[in-house]
Amino acid sequence: MAKADLSAAWIFFFLTLPCVFHPERMLWLLFFLVTAIHAELCQPGAANAFKVRLSIRTALGNKAYAWDTSEEYLFKAMVAFSMRKVPNREATEISHVLLCNVTQRVSFWFVVTDPSKNHTLPAVEVQTAIRMNKNRINGAFFLNDQTLEFLKIPSTLAPPMDPSVPIWIIIFGVIFCIVIVAITLLILSGIRQRRRKNKEPSEVDDAEDKCENMNTIENGIPCDPLDMKGGHINDAFMTEDERLTPL
Amino acid sequence: MEKTRPLWANPLQFVFACISYAVGLGNVWRFPYLCQMYGGGSFLVPYIIMLIVEGMPLLYLELAVGQRMRQGSIGAWRTISPYLSGVGIASVVVSFFLSMYYNVINAWAFWYLFHSFQDPLPWSVCPLNGNHTGYDEECEKASSTQYFWYRKTLNISPSLQENGGVQWEPALCLLLAWLVVYLCILRGTESTGKVVYFTASLPYCVLIIYLIRGLTLHGATNGLMYMFTPKMEQLANPKAWVNAATQIFFSLGLGFGSLIAFASYNEPSNNCQKHAIIVSLINSFTSIFASIVTFSIYGFKATFNYENCLKKVTLLLTNTFDLEDGFLTASNLEQVKGYLASAYPSKYSEVFPHIKNCSLESELDTAVQGTGLAFIVYTEAIKNMEVSQLWSVLYFFMLLMLGIGSMLGNTAAILTPLTDSKIISSHLPKEAISGLVCLVNCAIGMVFTMEAGNYWFDIFNDYAATLSLLLIVLVETIAVCYVYGLRRFESDLKAMTGRAVSWYWKVMWAGVSPLLIVSLFVFYLSDYILTGTLKYQAWDASQGQLVTKDYPAYALAVIGLLVASSTMCIPLVALGTFVLHHLKRGDAAPVA
Repeated sequence: MAKADLSAAWIFFFLTLPCVFHPERMLWLLFFLVTAIHAELCQPGAANAFKVRLSIRTALGNKAYAWDTSEEYLFKAMVAFSMRKVPNREATEISHVLLCNVTQRVSFWFVVTDPSKNHTLPAVEVQTAIRMNKNRINGAFFLNDQTLEFLKIPSTLAPPMDPSVPIWIIIFGVIFCIVIVAITLLILSGIRQRRRKNKEPSEVDDAEDKCENMNTIENGIPCDPLDMKGGHINDAFMTEDERLTPL
Repeated sequence: MEKTRPLWANPLQFVFACISYAVGLGNVWRFPYLCQMYGGGSFLVPYIIMLIVEGMPLLYLELAVGQRMRQGSIGAWRTISPYLSGVGIASVVVSFFLSMYYNVINAWAFWYLFHSFQDPLPWSVCPLNGNHTGYDEECEKASSTQYFWYRKTLNISPSLQENGGVQWEPALCLLLAWLVVYLCILRGTESTGKVVYFTASLPYCVLIIYLIRGLTLHGATNGLMYMFTPKMEQLANPKAWVNAATQIFFSLGLGFGSLIAFASYNEPSNNCQKHAIIVSLINSFTSIFASIVTFSIYGFKATFNYENCLKKVTLLLTNTFDLEDGFLTASNLEQVKGYLASAYPSKYSEVFPHIKNCSLESELDTAVQGTGLAFIVYTEAIKNMEVSQLWSVLYFFMLLMLGIGSMLGNTAAILTPLTDSKIISSHLPKEAISGLVCLVNCAIGMVFTMEAGNYWFDIFNDYAATLSLLLIVLVETIAVCYVYGLRRFESDLKAMTGRAVSWYWKVMWAGVSPLLIVSLFVFYLSDYILTGTLKYQAWDASQGQLVTKDYPAYALAVIGLLVASSTMCIPLVALGTFVLHHLKRGDAAPVA
């Protein structure tokens, strides 16, 4: 309200200037009228105004830069750039972006006005513009979505990388195949071992059959070596041949 | 010609097999919890006392029985007394239940292992919601690690009654887990003996790496100091002693028949007394070692969360009062809060409800055990470490080794009696019997991959083995000491190993250990009866936390069946043998 009074005072002052300064007077008039209106357009909580919050020291630590008017100019440029990408708003200029209430936090409010500088652009348009170009704006200030916040403009989160075949299935498939191959190898070698064992007893059986023709076998021990090992034939016992009286 | 019994290639394989079986997931996820709950450093006192009084004697007893009888559990107890072959059958039944649900943990470990090869780790970030403006709601309410466990891994239903269908991803992992177990037990002791070299030693390598990493983490000392500070008043708490006894008992894996099975493949002259002492000492040492690692990880996680909490409060205050960025730090927080409260009282009172009281102690106090510790708390700590993929792979590889090592023992307990029995082994080769056992277990295990599968898992985990084992080991001790005769057993051992049995073991076997087991049994029963209806923890997706619910009637019936099917074996078989014996005598009498 004070600013409105001020502008009214200035208007009155210049109305009393000599008529020879008409064109410049009109220009000054216009200038202060515009400033007054600007002051009213950008206010905390105004329609179509957005609050921005930066956490530069959190993001950059020692390499943090100070927030001065040049940085504000860059911000206005980025917002104007984003608005230019919206159809029908290609004529947005840096001067159309208004900043106010800059605090130490660093936080401030901004609005974007139309070329006539009388009205602010609708919030929806500003929202879409900022959302589409958030990455560029973040990059310009070395910040990210957590440290450069536009309150009321939710940022589109980056979708996670989704490979066509989930990685875990690949690894699963590899290990699965290795295990199946190992099982098959072990089973086959087990079968082969058993077949060899089955052949060996049958070979031993053949050898035993041959032995039987030559020696008697008692309890699996061939008698032949028993006969050879020591022992004398006791003549006191009659041999079998003589027991039977010959015919 | 009689087939000779397969033997371990050398005694080291036997020791490694026992260590690999005894050192399992319980050492990693149960002992640190108990240590924290029952007085930190002072819990070690009841633990070591119980080890000497209960663990070593019972372990020596089982190994000696197996080595003497040279048969699996059914044959061994039948030899001791024909009326007691029910004990062996009960052991096999309990082992069967255990192997059914235990391998599901290996399946989960495989799942997490395969998912560790991604950047970023899938449990470190929440997935986005539908229109990509924020994170998934359930994930926001819980944490990203809890979301990954309950939603992505288990896809858990809100209650036991809602069964859901079999989830194909955990089912595949379970199939793989059973294939790996089959691969290891395929050839009997020949293959098992070689595998246990790895499953016994690799977890220690990973634990040492984690110890070094854990101790160097920021905030690890907070956890260690907090957990290990002895709280001497807990020594007077009977629950501490009961839990120490229970932990020793279940950690060594007594009563399942696995130890008998492993010892039956020993040379008769093997010095099982020395091995029993070595195995039980290594098992306890591993528990303490694992708890050092766990507490340093806890300390790291608690410090991280505490600092995050402080950061959130700082941000909230900075934003509300538009203070300069970086002005509020952890050190001046309290002062500035006081100043703001006095300078802007209305604004401060508005924002006050949202300011959380950050406390390091409350973060450290969250004691977790079981799958929650392994898959939620540890993964939360891992995701905050550098090169988290490497640590994640190492950790789940260690869990797998521990789990597979225990599974080898479980399946040996089932397979040894089957291969010992003449009827079965004459018809089917060893590979086919192992294959059948694995197939049946895998098929039944698919129940645990359903949406309500985790609830059934908890039922099996809590009730399948607890009461039955106490009873089985009690009957075993009484059988050896009083039915078979302590003197006879002692002379058998002396003849077998060439060494006399010290008086200490005899006193423990005959007196102290049975008394301890009886008191544990009484305590458990009274606990169950006093608790009234049994309850379980269900995951509520809308709130993002666990809620307590009652078991439905059919779940209680299943619990009763689980306990009864193993415990009833002992009296039923004794009765059956008695009846058969009398019938035979009745038949024989007229003939004579």
